[in-house]
Amino acid sequence: MKELKILAVVVFFTLLVYWGVEPFAHSQMHEHVEPANFAFEDIKDSGKKGDAAKGAETFMNAGCIGCHSLKSQGMPAPMDDASASASFGVVPPDLSNAGYLYDEKFLADLIKNPTHALKVGHKFNDEKPHPMTAFYGLGGDIDQEVADIVAYLKSIAPTKMEDKEVFVNACGRCHSVKYDKQFRNSQKGALEKYMGANPPDLSIIIRAKSKEYLRNFIDDPQKLLHGTSMPRVGLKEQNVQQIINYLESVGDRKKAQRESLIPNIMGFFVLFSILAYLWKAKLWREVH
Amino acid sequence: MAEIKKADGIVDWLDQRLAVKTLAKVLMTEYWIPKNINFLWAMGVVLMTMFMVLVITGIFLLMYYKPDVNLAFDSVNYTIMQEVAYGWLWRHMHGVAASVVFLVIYIHMFTAIYYGSYKNGREMIWISGMLLFVTFSAEAFSGYMLPWGQMSYWAAQVITNLFGGIPFIGDELVVWIRGNFYVADATLTRFFMLHVLLLPLIIMMIIGIHFYTLRIPHVNNQEGEHFDFDAEADKYKAGNKKESKVIPFWPVFLSKDLFVVGVFMIFYFYLVGFHYNFAMDPINFEPANPMKTPAHIYPEWYFLWSYEVLRGFFFDIAGIAAMDIGLAAFGIANVIFFLMPWLDRSPVVAPANKRGAFNIWFWLLLIDMIVLTVYGKLPPLGANAWVGFFASIVFLFLLLVALPLITKAEAKRVGGAK
Repeated sequence: MKELKILAVVVFFTLLVYWGVEPFAHSQMHEHVEPANFAFEDIKDSGKKGDAAKGAETFMNAGCIGCHSLKSQGMPAPMDDASASASFGVVPPDLSNAGYLYDEKFLADLIKNPTHALKVGHKFNDEKPHPMTAFYGLGGDIDQEVADIVAYLKSIAPTKMEDKEVFVNACGRCHSVKYDKQFRNSQKGALEKYMGANPPDLSIIIRAKSKEYLRNFIDDPQKLLHGTSMPRVGLKEQNVQQIINYLESVGDRKKAQRESLIPNIMGFFVLFSILAYLWKAKLWREVH
Repeated sequence: MAEIKKADGIVDWLDQRLAVKTLAKVLMTEYWIPKNINFLWAMGVVLMTMFMVLVITGIFLLMYYKPDVNLAFDSVNYTIMQEVAYGWLWRHMHGVAASVVFLVIYIHMFTAIYYGSYKNGREMIWISGMLLFVTFSAEAFSGYMLPWGQMSYWAAQVITNLFGGIPFIGDELVVWIRGNFYVADATLTRFFMLHVLLLPLIIMMIIGIHFYTLRIPHVNNQEGEHFDFDAEADKYKAGNKKESKVIPFWPVFLSKDLFVVGVFMIFYFYLVGFHYNFAMDPINFEPANPMKTPAHIYPEWYFLWSYEVLRGFFFDIAGIAAMDIGLAAFGIANVIFFLMPWLDRSPVVAPANKRGAFNIWFWLLLIDMIVLTVYGKLPPLGANAWVGFFASIVFLFLLLVALPLITKAEAKRVGGAK
């Protein structure tokens, strides 16, 4: 039938334009990167097995609580957020759930060599040291001591966290989500000075970036945004997923409503089209 | 004064005062449309439907939108998208309709070009249609600025900057358009006014004119056949509906259009609910930031072909700056279609597949414009820039040189036969 042939031509050229300006153009504009594997391959595993009980001691002796709080163990932060932010730029994290959130290998590297683990070597060096001082050991086997600390952090970590809690703990010191009334605890001025840029509000980042992009970016920011001041945070895969779930629940709040309502509207127009076709056929029988 | 009698019903009462029966005949039941048409003839009604969707959803959005650089982004992305009941639906419908309306406009235009519906008395239909294309473009551009996202800001920056290329008054003109030395609050508020008041008013006026222009020359048909509408209408009215070459606008023509509209709406709502990123660019979900240029700045898909003609000339030729050549070519690209009825020198009104060389010309034009559209989005580097350059040359050549030559030869060929 002639009309169907014409329709096929129209559909073909429409899809051709669509393919050209969307999937094809975007594949050309965005650098292709290997998908995130959350393996932290650049970090060497010391192979040591930690002892949590020893780790508790090492943790205290290493002076971690000079800056970090450990609220679940009754150790409050030494400074309030405003003073901490003024001193360090960003408020040092509470470590109560670090063992839940972060990769073991990453944590060990972070304790020994923060700039390496965080991938912020382009910003910090000997003249301008990272505000988190590296742990140089207490005199024994440093790798064992570090493994003990990590084992300790894991032993006190919760076994389950809500999506939003994961976000607040891992991202919420720099990023706000104002559409969820979730505000960062670092101070804007100090943070901006420290980072060199104002970390963006993430309320609707889920509409601006694809989930795949967010996964890859959180796993290794440098891979997608060379020279960014955002550190690699060392989150485990499941926790990145929890963050994305949270961001979607805030940034695309009406998703469920959209996905249930639209098929009904489409159904209405299917019915409308059938009735319109029957009416049309009736009228055109008289003229053909 | 007309003699008013006691009315035998509401219709009669109105008819005595407003001649509504005559009006309905003139506009609907005795407004004659050729019978020999296909679904492409329904695009006008599809466009009308989309325009109504845009107006209605726009009115809902207008109730919550705040035209202020500090409030605009959140009023759209928080208040409308998250707080207002079904606000997201109005916004998605508005954004997607604004994009697909151009798809339908292009189908409508290429239909007219293919069937030769722009000449031999139909020039005013074509010109009023092109005026609608231009005003819709301005409407789309001004609307795109309102959410005040990254692409809103940077597209406004780039496009308003183009006027700087106009000789003598360029720099002053840019400042005048922006209402400031850079794209700022004053720019947003004036484009807001244009988007919600002046341009829609003008569009509605031109739609009226566009309908009016169809009246005398009548709608074209699938074979470009010329016939006496009055004689055919008489046949229809006498009951020879099968023999008559015409059908009334209402209900026969519109019954088919309603079916096409229905099918189109299924597709449209699929896009609204499940596939909207092409129309609502993800980059625009980041708030405008004058300090941070996005990695790629590109217009919406429907502007890409003319944007690529602008970018296509990327090197100086004979001492003339690339920018100036591009701007001139861009200017030509934007007005050249107005001249279609005169660039086509042939009196033949027939579908392109019966017009020999014109047929080849038609498909080349379509393909060239698709190439321009796709490369208009790609970064203009290396081979891409050259594809853009050649496609721009081909575009200008097709319209300014090939079309007059081909149609002149055709006119000569049929000259004897006529």
